[in-house]
Amino acid sequence: MINNVENITVDNLLDKVASKMPLGFRFVTMTCVDCGEHFDILYHFDKNYELSNFRLSLKKGESLPSISGLIFAALVVENEIQDLFGVKVTGLVLDYEGRFLLTETAPERPLCRVPGVMMVEAGKPAEAAEVK
Amino acid sequence: MAKNTIIPFGPQHPVLPEPIQLRLVLDEERVVSAIPVVGYVHRGLEKLAEQKDFLQDTYLIERICGICSFIHSLTYSMGIENMMGLTPPPRAQYLRVIWSELHRMHSHLLATGLLADAFGFENLFMQLWRTREHIMDAMEATTGARVMLGTCCIGGVRKDVSEELLKSVLKTLVTVEKELDEHMPVLLNDYSVKQRMCGVGVLDKQVAYERGAVGPTARASGIAMDLRTQGYAAYGDLDVEPMVETDGDCYARTKVRVRELYQSLNLVRQAIGKIPDGPINVPFKTKPDGEVISRAEQPRGEVLYYLKGNGTDMLERLRVRTPTFANIPPVLAMLAGCELADVGVIVISIDPCISCTER
Repeated sequence: MINNVENITVDNLLDKVASKMPLGFRFVTMTCVDCGEHFDILYHFDKNYELSNFRLSLKKGESLPSISGLIFAALVVENEIQDLFGVKVTGLVLDYEGRFLLTETAPERPLCRVPGVMMVEAGKPAEAAEVK
Repeated sequence: MAKNTIIPFGPQHPVLPEPIQLRLVLDEERVVSAIPVVGYVHRGLEKLAEQKDFLQDTYLIERICGICSFIHSLTYSMGIENMMGLTPPPRAQYLRVIWSELHRMHSHLLATGLLADAFGFENLFMQLWRTREHIMDAMEATTGARVMLGTCCIGGVRKDVSEELLKSVLKTLVTVEKELDEHMPVLLNDYSVKQRMCGVGVLDKQVAYERGAVGPTARASGIAMDLRTQGYAAYGDLDVEPMVETDGDCYARTKVRVRELYQSLNLVRQAIGKIPDGPINVPFKTKPDGEVISRAEQPRGEVLYYLKGNGTDMLERLRVRTPTFANIPPVLAMLAGCELADVGVIVISIDPCISCTER
């Protein structure tokens, strides 16, 4: 139900993103969704209140090239994705190395559903689950 | 040859209402660059939202922020309604506008008051917050709560407001407008205040756009962007246009908020004048399925919700991009080259909300 979505790959990510800015698009943010075997990385751009989106399917364990060299504003959300999902983002202009939002004692990659690891289930107390 | 010094600004600092650290690289008294350090109030609300059902999430995400709480639940509700094909009744849409604009007013009064405090004008700070209390009282009278209103729900709103109460809100607005007329000339015309804000923390229009600035921060740099013009809730029936300034400095950002305060007064009056009778919500039996993006204009700017449902009570993903999160890269541009003494005023001029930013 999201309009204006174009599927892209890691190989053409930087070219696709670079092509947006000269057309007058504003970088809005990125969204990472854990889809089990892979992550969906969505890049949201806006022009005249219309959103235009890229969707990149990233296999778990693969690294994601940073777009912060092209769009400085992306560095905060890329660091957040690196923290919360454990996605290694390469080429960040400022790399917090997984400690942007999370403290040293926080659970690692809390939003990543790691295969084989039981995540916190609805209705159950959080301490009953093992979160790695 | 001058040697650069790094000093920590925050996380606890007299001008900061919430904890954030800026590591300032200084060449004597001039800021060369700034590195933000966040994470002091990260609560993992996006994770928690995956463990609550989509109805409970309406009230959970309201707690992301104590200032724009209603607009968080409104944006979320609009997204779920879009996913489920629901259209809230017109009366609910107007009530949503009334509470959104009351929130904008109390947020802007809070922000301008904190700004006055940041440059040492404590009397003005107290006057502005006293005026804010009238708005808080109006919210309490119409919802029963001052901060977490809890009135927005999927399909409309949970609580109606009587004609009598709407008239009392109009009376409150008369008092608020009178007090704004007294305070705002001081904020905008006082020599000392202008000395602290004019030409300070300038954000060029092109830089603002490239760095993704939103809300008053973007509009003060000449970017005419306000999602209310797109007509969500009942804004399509009301006269609303972006309040734009072009200087891009702390003064311009303050002026945008002052103009928006008067605009919100006008919008509440318009909404109360046009609000139709009728039901306040629609029943539903479906569950959210698919993915949507929902956006709205908070006091600090555009908020974006990405929601992914799977036909069950639980959402697969709830992602929030708040306006202050978007305004971090722009504020780093504002700080480069400024005087150390101006850092506090510049940071406060974007009206930062760290609880929103970190969730």
